Amino acid sequence: MKQVKLMKGNEAMAEAAIRAGADAYFGYPITPQSEVIEYLMVEEPHKRTGMQVLQAESELAAINMVYGAAACGKKVMTSSSSPGISLKLEGISYMAGAEIPCLIANVMRGGPGLGTIQPGQSDYFQATKGGGHGDYRLITLAPSTVQEMADFVDLGFELAFKYRNPVMILSDGAIGQMMEKVYLPNQKERLTNDEIIKLYGSWATTGKPESRSRNIITSLDLKPEKQEIHNIHLQEKFKAAEENEVRFEEIQCEDADYILVAFGTSARISQKVVQLARNKGYKVGLIRPITLWPFPKKPIAKYANKVKGFLSVEMNAGQMVEDVQLAVEGKAIVKHYGRMGGMIPTPADVLNALEEKLISNK
Amino acid sequence: MTEEIIIAGFGGQGVLSMGKILAYSGIMQDQDVSWMPSYGPEMRGGTANVAVILSNERISSPILNEFDTAIILNQQSMDKFESMVKPGGLLLYDPNGILHHPERKDITIATIEGAKEASALKNKKTFNMIVMGAFLKIHPIVKMDNVHKGLEQSLPERHHHMIPLNEDAIKVGMAKVKIIHDLKRIAVEN
Amino acid sequence: MTTAVITPEEIIKKGKIVFEKTKLINDGALSYCPGCGHGVAHRLVMEVVEEMGIWQDTIGVAPVGCSVLAYEFMNIDMQQAAHGRAPAVATGIKRVFPEKFVFTYQGDGDLAAIGTAETIHACNRGENIVIIFVNNGIYGMTGGQMAPTTLSGMKSSTSPYGRVVETMGHPLKITEMVATLPGVAYATRQAVHEAKYVRKAKKAIRKAFENQRDNKGTSVVEIVANCNSGWKMTPVESNKWLEENMLAYFPLGDIKK
Repeated sequence: MKQVKLMKGNEAMAEAAIRAGADAYFGYPITPQSEVIEYLMVEEPHKRTGMQVLQAESELAAINMVYGAAACGKKVMTSSSSPGISLKLEGISYMAGAEIPCLIANVMRGGPGLGTIQPGQSDYFQATKGGGHGDYRLITLAPSTVQEMADFVDLGFELAFKYRNPVMILSDGAIGQMMEKVYLPNQKERLTNDEIIKLYGSWATTGKPESRSRNIITSLDLKPEKQEIHNIHLQEKFKAAEENEVRFEEIQCEDADYILVAFGTSARISQKVVQLARNKGYKVGLIRPITLWPFPKKPIAKYANKVKGFLSVEMNAGQMVEDVQLAVEGKAIVKHYGRMGGMIPTPADVLNALEEKLISNK
Repeated sequence: MTEEIIIAGFGGQGVLSMGKILAYSGIMQDQDVSWMPSYGPEMRGGTANVAVILSNERISSPILNEFDTAIILNQQSMDKFESMVKPGGLLLYDPNGILHHPERKDITIATIEGAKEASALKNKKTFNMIVMGAFLKIHPIVKMDNVHKGLEQSLPERHHHMIPLNEDAIKVGMAKVKIIHDLKRIAVEN
Repeated sequence: MTTAVITPEEIIKKGKIVFEKTKLINDGALSYCPGCGHGVAHRLVMEVVEEMGIWQDTIGVAPVGCSVLAYEFMNIDMQQAAHGRAPAVATGIKRVFPEKFVFTYQGDGDLAAIGTAETIHACNRGENIVIIFVNNGIYGMTGGQMAPTTLSGMKSSTSPYGRVVETMGHPLKITEMVATLPGVAYATRQAVHEAKYVRKAKKAIRKAFENQRDNKGTSVVEIVANCNSGWKMTPVESNKWLEENMLAYFPLGDIKK
């Protein structure tokens, strides 16, 4: 039987990394996600599984340690919060270019700049639209429970290796700091070096045997003709991910006149809003994107001709709302409601906004 | 059944760990639980609070604007949360250091002299369990054997010898809680 | 007067092999300017790796700079790092493959300017890696801009009237700096512009890799090199200038052993 525990989202994610058979974690402290590295340092996973944990001198160093280790075919993870992720973007872009799988968690706080240490969702654009330089995408998973903080670690690694691309868990300070009941996955064995060579020896730098030509991990090609071919290859990969990896949850949308679209903490709040609204006689549903990229366009578009309007609920000034609008293609009204600066909307706030912006506006 | 609770006081009063023990006790009786703290520098010597939800159903929002129960342990928290108790709900507080006592008539109000009773037990760390006992006397939302299991789960093993002391403190709280304004009794009398 | 005709085959048959290019350097043309020291430095590293018999277990990290394409020339598994981050990348590799040999190959801008933090902290942790640091006092790849190691008064495209230390800072002796760190097992400064220096440099590189084999900590081998293109000199002039100016400020020899 799976083990049940009461854990913070950050701790659950750290424990799940050990259990996913991760080989290494490289990080740097920043509120509100420092519990990830703290938990790992207490747990001493090198004694449990052989997993290596290192506190780097900066987020830049941490992401580049991830680059080095992950380019060896190892399962490697890092985590940070918004300002730290900005620093990591250099390495993330390189890894997308060099096609290196890895897992990055962003436990978001409000910005811009040093912003606040309270929760935010204002890094949606950064995560889903590329963030770093160059044409690339990050498969972005948005957990809304502590359970998903744990579950998305293994899923994230699976997707990262399937597409040889970095995957991001886009969480926020509320889910990172909150404790919930979590069923921990069973321990997976770490791959042996021989297994890594068998699985990833065609590309990973594991040391060059006589039997193959050298493996080079690079994102550079000075010849534009060749670089363009590489770019086309990357885009084909992203297209395949868009076709195959869309994940979302739908709650009470069948009869809905209004649909809330929300992820992470906002989705939890919006779930309550669905109940409150239905108690008042409004038919309200919720679509919760689980993959923010690839974005669940079709599931949202399906309701565009059926509902009176969509409300995108976000802890930011309006970012995901643009993707909702793109999905709806003008067939229904799309509004945004958000709080910023580390403020979390209450269910009552969202219900008021729904009434003001959509229901009474009719 | 769903019970939405806010526990608020000073950092160091054991607010967060009280919430954790309640949440673990809920897990022990197969409930869904959430524990949402205030975090950051405001915790250090300042106010600390945690919203705890125990429910037989899937918990939606861990962030709330009204609560079934508020457990209030300082004046700042009283000022902030008195108005956020749902009509018909419970406000439990330690009158020690409270200047402006709650005035609402649509909720049950109870007090527990937690700080005083903890001094009597000669162990200040029992304060939060005394308060939790007071709460469980009025709202027995978790069974005592599940509280015992919750204590086992939330305390590190090296502190397990403290469990009997904590349970004694809970009993003290149960014995010493005073209902100041009893909505249920008023309802019956009316 | 008659000229004896000797065919190439006869030369090969009669002659004795006195030098062979290591098989770990690929046959393609190097991208370096004629006269540049990088080619020799590459060869020495690969010769040591071959002679120690560790090429199947060696992973190299190329930097950003002139040697960004080092991975094209070295016939082993290689990674290419972001500018300055090679010591962090090497740390990542070594932490998951402690039994492998890991080295970085970096220039002065990469190691001593943008990557100073990564350099110092990798050394301070005593990462069991080899750092090959080619110091030619200039940014060659981007067209001759001032480097952290550009000498006082030395001209570059961003110090066109000579480096003014009062406003541009002093040339940085980073090898001396890292030598003070307990994690560093070996710090040495070598050169490759003449045969006698080449022999010493190779010994130093060998010692660095042996240190890694023996888990001794970080080994830093600085190689003071010329940049005839960046310095706007002929190769011969640049070697002379190196001897007279660079070596005066960056003296050769072991700093820590």
